[in-house]
Amino acid sequence: MSNADQAYFDELITAATTRLIGDEVLLANVTGERTDFIRLNNSDVRQAGTVVQRRLAVDLIEGQRHVGGAFQLTGDRSMDDARLTALLTQLRDQRRLVADDPYLLYNTSPTSTERIEAGAIPEPDAALADIRAAGEGRDLVGIYAAGDTYSGFANSLGQRNWFQSATFNLDWCFYLQADKAAKNLYAGFDWDEDTFARKIEWSNRQLKALERKPVDLSPGEYRTYLAPRAMEELIVLIAGYGAFGQRSHATRQTPLLRMIVDDATLSPMVSISENTAGGVAPNFQSAGFIRPDAVPLIVNGQYAQTLVSPRSAQEYGLPTNGASDYEYPESLSIDPGSVATATVSEALDTGLFVGNLWYTNFSDRMACRTTGMTRFATFWVEDGEIVAPVNVLRFDDTAYNLLGEQLEGLTDEAEVLLDTSTYIERSTMSSQLPGALVGAMRFVL
Amino acid sequence: MTDLLIESKQLEDLLREALPADVDYASARLVDERSEHLSVRQNKLEPIFNDFDTGVMISIWNGGGLGYAATADLSREGLATAVTQARHWASVTAGAMVATTPPTEHATGSYSSPIEVDWDTLPLTDRIELLQQQSRLLGIDDRIVDWRSSLVRREVDQLLITSGGARIEQRFSFVYPGLRATANEGTNTQIRTFGANAFCGQGGAELLGRYGFGDAASRIAEQSLELLTAPNCPTETMDLLLAPDQMVLQIHESIGHPLELDRILGDERNYAGTSFVTPEMFGSFQYGSELLNVTFDPTVPGQLASYGFDDDGTPAVRQHLIENGILVRGLGGDVSQARSGLPGVANSRASGWNRPPIDRMANLNVEPGDSSVEELIGSIENGVYLHTNNSWSIDDSRNKFQFSCEYGQRIENGEITGTVRNPSYRGISRTFWRNLKGVADANSFTVMGTPNCGKGELNQMVGTGHASPACLFDAVEVFGGEE
Repeated sequence: MSNADQAYFDELITAATTRLIGDEVLLANVTGERTDFIRLNNSDVRQAGTVVQRRLAVDLIEGQRHVGGAFQLTGDRSMDDARLTALLTQLRDQRRLVADDPYLLYNTSPTSTERIEAGAIPEPDAALADIRAAGEGRDLVGIYAAGDTYSGFANSLGQRNWFQSATFNLDWCFYLQADKAAKNLYAGFDWDEDTFARKIEWSNRQLKALERKPVDLSPGEYRTYLAPRAMEELIVLIAGYGAFGQRSHATRQTPLLRMIVDDATLSPMVSISENTAGGVAPNFQSAGFIRPDAVPLIVNGQYAQTLVSPRSAQEYGLPTNGASDYEYPESLSIDPGSVATATVSEALDTGLFVGNLWYTNFSDRMACRTTGMTRFATFWVEDGEIVAPVNVLRFDDTAYNLLGEQLEGLTDEAEVLLDTSTYIERSTMSSQLPGALVGAMRFVL
Repeated sequence: MTDLLIESKQLEDLLREALPADVDYASARLVDERSEHLSVRQNKLEPIFNDFDTGVMISIWNGGGLGYAATADLSREGLATAVTQARHWASVTAGAMVATTPPTEHATGSYSSPIEVDWDTLPLTDRIELLQQQSRLLGIDDRIVDWRSSLVRREVDQLLITSGGARIEQRFSFVYPGLRATANEGTNTQIRTFGANAFCGQGGAELLGRYGFGDAASRIAEQSLELLTAPNCPTETMDLLLAPDQMVLQIHESIGHPLELDRILGDERNYAGTSFVTPEMFGSFQYGSELLNVTFDPTVPGQLASYGFDDDGTPAVRQHLIENGILVRGLGGDVSQARSGLPGVANSRASGWNRPPIDRMANLNVEPGDSSVEELIGSIENGVYLHTNNSWSIDDSRNKFQFSCEYGQRIENGEITGTVRNPSYRGISRTFWRNLKGVADANSFTVMGTPNCGKGELNQMVGTGHASPACLFDAVEVFGGEE
C-alpha cells in the first residue's frame, strides 16, 4: 500500500496554509478511493471497471465567519494548487456576505493520528476468476468491490489525521428462482480461499433449504428470530432518523421520543453504543475532533448519551463527542446476550427465522413504529427444524415491542457487519450486532 | 472555479484523442457539476457550501468484453491511464459478459435546461434574504420547535463523445427548494415539509414562483400546528384520494421500478430487487383500470429528469408505457432492449462521472383525466385525501407496499370534514392500480420530481421526474399511527 495520497494531501494543505490571509484558519478533509468493481448477474459480468477519486473539502474561517467548498483532486499538483487557490478566493468573497456563525466550533488543540490497515486483496483478474468459478452452475448475482479507501483531516494549525485501509467486499446471492435466494457477504482485509470456500458452501446449503415448497403465512403475530443482518436493517433505520443525535433529541424529532418524554424503555437486555474502537471508520471527524473509543447510547434499555457534533455542542452547551454533523453512529454496536447462537433454531422452537429484512421505514416515526419486508432466506421453523421458506411478509411493529416487551433474548455472539453501501464512495461504516429472539412480531400483509 | 470545462476545445480534443480506434466501441463522458447549498435554520444562516465535482468515465466494448474507468485526472496522461484500465477490463471480461452488444446510437446534438429568469437577477445576498424571510414565516409559534428553509442550485454539464462519431452536449440547471416545520407537544411531533421529495426541477429563479415557494412557508407552519390537535387517521378500508405530491411516490415505487428492464433481467436482484412484472406481460397485462395512462416523457420543459439524450447517447422521446391500463413498454435503454428483446425507452443514465449508466426512470408521468378535484371529492362517501409522502416501503418485487403521508384530510359524504394525523395505507401493486376510479384533470396536473432514487451496484442516486394529477382509488386499507 502506498502512502502517496497521504503525502500529497499533507503537502497540498501545507502549501495552502502559507497562502492564508491574516488570521484565517483552514480546515481540510479528503476522502478517496481506488476501487475495482465487478458486477455480476447469472454468474456472468454485467459491468466491470475501476474508479479513482479523491474529494477535497475545505472550510475557510475568519473569526466566527466561514464558508465551505469541495472539489475533486486531479492528482496533478500544479492544477490542484490552482483549483484550491481559486476555491479559497471564492470562499473569501462569499465570507464577506455572511454573519458570524454562533455554532462554529473546531478543534484548536492539534492532535495528529494515523491508522493504516494494509490488506492482501487479490488482483481483480484473479478475483473475477475465483468468483465466476464459485458461481459455475449457479445463478450468482452481486457486486465485488475492492481497493484502497482513505480519509484525511488537516488544518492550518498543524493537525494531521489519516485513516487508510485496503479492503474487499463481495456481496452476493445465489438465486434459486423468482425472489428466492441465499444472500451472503465476504468482506475484509485479506482474501482467503478457504474462508471464501466455506461461505460458498454455506450459501449452497441455504439454497438447498430454499428448494422446499414455500409457504404463505397469514397476517398475524409470530414468534420470530431476527438474524444480525435483519437487526441491522432495523437499527440502521432508527439510527439514520436521528435516534441518537443530540439535535433530533433536542428538537423532539428522535424516533425514540417516547424514551425522553414518556419514560418508555427498551428491554434491560438492550445496550447500544457507538463503538469507534471496534469499527472500521476513522476516529476523527471533519472539524478535527478525535472520537472516544466508545459512547454509550442506550444502557440496559435506558437512554444514556447522545452523539454530539461540534455544532450541536455550541448550540446546546454540551461537550462534543466527535460525532459527524449528521450525528448518527458509524460503528454501532449492540451488546450480545445469552441465547446460544449455535442453537438459536432450537431456542426459536416454532416460528419465523428471518435472515434479512428489507426496505424498512416508519409507520409512525415518533412512536418508533417501523415497517418493512422479509427478504431472501426467511424460513418457517417447527420444533427447531426448518420446515419451509416463507413468501415475503410485511411487518409493522414498534421498537418498544421488538426490542422491549417482546424481546426474549439476544444471541451470545455479535456479528461484525461491514456496510456494503457505495453511494458516492465505499462506506467505512460498520455494526456489531447479535440476533434477537422476539416472542411476538406483528406481520400485516 | 468558474471556467466551464464543457467549453474547452482543448479538453474536447484530448477526450477525442484518448479514445482508441481499434476497439468495437469507445466513449468518453465528461461530467462537470457545480452546486451551491444554502440553508437557514431557526433564522440563522448555516454554513454556505459550494461543491464542484468533475471527471470522465471511459467505456470500452471490445471482443465481447466491456470495461469502465473513471478518473478526475483530465490530463492527456490521466485519460490514457483510464483508457488502459478500461481496455484491460474489456479484455478480462471478454467471453464472460451478460451483454455483448454496445450502444448502437452515435447521435450528435445538444440539450439545455429552459431558463426564464437567470439566477444573476437574484444574487447570493438576495437568495439568503429570501431564505431568512421564509424562515421567519415558519417559526411562528413556541410549539414549532425546529424549522428550516433551504435552496440548492446545481448545474451539470455533460459531454459525450464516442468512437462512432457521437458528440452530445447537455447542460442542466437544477433547483431544489426546501421548507420544513417541526411542531411538538409531548410525545406528538408533527413535521410538514415543502419541496423535499416533490417540488424540484430544471430551470432558473422562475421555478421558485412556479412552485409557490413564497406562499408555502406560512401554510406548512400552520398545518404542522393543526396536526398536533388532529385526530389519528381512522383504520378501515375506504376510498383514497392522493394529491399529486403523494402520487410522485406512488408512481415511482409501484409503476416505475417494476417496469425497469434491468430489474426484470435480474441485474438488481442482489440489491434493489427484482420485479413482479415478467416479459410476457408486455402488450397484454392489465396494469390498471382503463383510466390509467402513463408516459415516459423526457421532453416536459423544466421537469427534473428531462434531457435530450440518455448517457448511452440515445435520443430521448416521449413513449406510452401504460395505455388505457394495458402495459405496453418497459423502462430499459439500448443495452437492456437488446438483451431482453422488449420495447424500451432512452433511459440509460448514470448518477455522475464515476458510475456507469444503468436503466433509470427519468420522467414518468400519469396523464390527466377529465374530472375536477372537487368532483372527485364530491364522489367520495367515506375516504381520506392524503398529501406529501413521509415514509415508503415496498418489497423487492415491487408488489406489497406501505406508504405514509404528512397530512391527511377526512372526506365524508362528499365533503372534507377535518384533518387527520399520521395517515398510512398499504396495498399490492399488481392489483392496486386496477382500483383507480378517478383521475383529475389538467388543472390538478403538477410537474414534480424526486431527487434521491437509489439503485445499482455500485450504488447510484439520481433524480427522477414525476407529474400527475390527483387520483382516486377504491377500497384501500388505510390506517393511522400509534395512539
